[in-house]
Amino acid sequence: MKDEASRAPRAPHMRRLEPAAIGGVMSREVANFRTFWKATTFSSVLEPVIYLLAFGLGLGATLVDRVDGLDYVEYVGTGMVATAVIFSSALPAMFGTFVKERFQRTYDAILAAPVDVEELVTAEMLWIGLRSGFYGCFPLLVSMLFGLDPAPGMLVVPFFCFFTALGFAAFGIAVAASVAKIDQFNYVTTLFITPLFLVAGTFFPIDQLPKGVQIASLLNPLHHLVELVRDACFGFESTDLLRVAFLVVFAVSLWRLAVNRMEKRLID
Amino acid sequence: MKRFGPITAVDGLDLEVPKGICLGLLGPNGAGKSTTMRMLTGQAVANEGRITVMGHELPGDSKEARALMGVVPQLDNLDVDVTVEDNLAVFARLYRVKDVRAAVDRGLALARLEGRRRDPVDQLSGGMRRRLLLARGLTHDPPLLLLDEPTVGLDPQIRTELWSLIDALRTKGTTILMSTHYIEEAERLADEVALMAHGKIISRGKPAELVSEHAGRETAEVYAPPDRLAEVRANAEAQGLKVRPAGPAIAIVGSEKATDGAVPPEAIRRAASLEDVFVLLTGEEAE
Repeated sequence: MKDEASRAPRAPHMRRLEPAAIGGVMSREVANFRTFWKATTFSSVLEPVIYLLAFGLGLGATLVDRVDGLDYVEYVGTGMVATAVIFSSALPAMFGTFVKERFQRTYDAILAAPVDVEELVTAEMLWIGLRSGFYGCFPLLVSMLFGLDPAPGMLVVPFFCFFTALGFAAFGIAVAASVAKIDQFNYVTTLFITPLFLVAGTFFPIDQLPKGVQIASLLNPLHHLVELVRDACFGFESTDLLRVAFLVVFAVSLWRLAVNRMEKRLID
Repeated sequence: MKRFGPITAVDGLDLEVPKGICLGLLGPNGAGKSTTMRMLTGQAVANEGRITVMGHELPGDSKEARALMGVVPQLDNLDVDVTVEDNLAVFARLYRVKDVRAAVDRGLALARLEGRRRDPVDQLSGGMRRRLLLARGLTHDPPLLLLDEPTVGLDPQIRTELWSLIDALRTKGTTILMSTHYIEEAERLADEVALMAHGKIISRGKPAELVSEHAGRETAEVYAPPDRLAEVRANAEAQGLKVRPAGPAIAIVGSEKATDGAVPPEAIRRAASLEDVFVLLTGEEAE
């Protein structure tokens, strides 16, 4: 099909990953977020409080005293940052992407505008990353009420959360682009998300576990985030650079996977 | 050409849309209209063939092409929790409009929703949402507009209202490609109609030309019991007249050429219509 208007206006050449396209998609997320931020923020604040009361005070007062030289409340409180990150990135990415793609047909509308799948996925990841970078700090703030001392290293925690959340957002998008029905998310949460957040060193140390689990946990981005956050609070170590590098590699490779899966899903 | 596994949805489609007209892509459900629309926005990639939109070759330059196009989808995909003005603002940004605020005001005026700008979309009526959907596709004032079944599933009253909006755009000189399976919609709005079936264009022209070429001047409709209809049909076909089903009746197309009582006296004679052409050519008679 052609439009044979020879003097038709021509659009300027467009590049990949244009900030204007990415910003436009993110502005849609912001507009939607304004309608439900209260509920999200409510649970982000209250969830760590409940966990700290249950684990930190419950377990800490009765069974566990100190772990790795830390008060159990401090141990769990700093570890909870990773839990907050995965629950504010992977799950919203999975459900949000599926709902927008399948039920609301939002992506159909966006892709009819000059926006590519790559820009769409990147924008969704960035927005979730920013949100998680913010919400990831709540457990630390709550822990301070329970006695955690502020430290200058804590200022980099939002960045650690951001990079980790990018990877998990991409993971969620790739999952949503791969499943046929929303019920199949159950397999993913049970097989991946639950073990990842339980065996990350949040509630108990990894180094007491069998060797195989310890090695496997080196592949768990949440474990690296947990260690980074604790080191940000109590003193960095040289291995932390490797942990950051791992999180960046995780985010970049999942980004490419998510773009690829979404192209397959959205372009016939 | 576009295949989905064993199904060929668009097959050897050859279509040019001249600048400044409204071309109606008229065809039954499953004719390949929506797939054609999706190919123009790069959301479906043709397996074979060439597609050019305003000088931009697809799929390579599809982003540039999309910048010049407004798209109004068949299914409402507005953000329902978000306000009317934010729905417009987001798309103004996606279309790289410089002055977003001015584009929003233009869209509100076009959709006649100035008084509802801060209301969430789910508080709007069906007709308002449809007007907003149209305005959203026009935030960047595009020279080309794709309308995919613009009034499907709407009340007759809302449909008429939307038609006048589309007609105003056509008058303004916007090139419009509109897919529809409503014959009346094509008759009212389209300067030219391309009839599509089984992924191909089977006929194209101005509605009046299509009617006179394929259906002649007059059609006679006969309402009678089935036995009588079969008899009338046999008579008319014996004279080489085309007969098509018309719900409970039959329609003898080109009845002005009939002689010797091929058209029974009880028949209702009326001017030939695009519907006659549509049914004759697409074979969508579902007997």
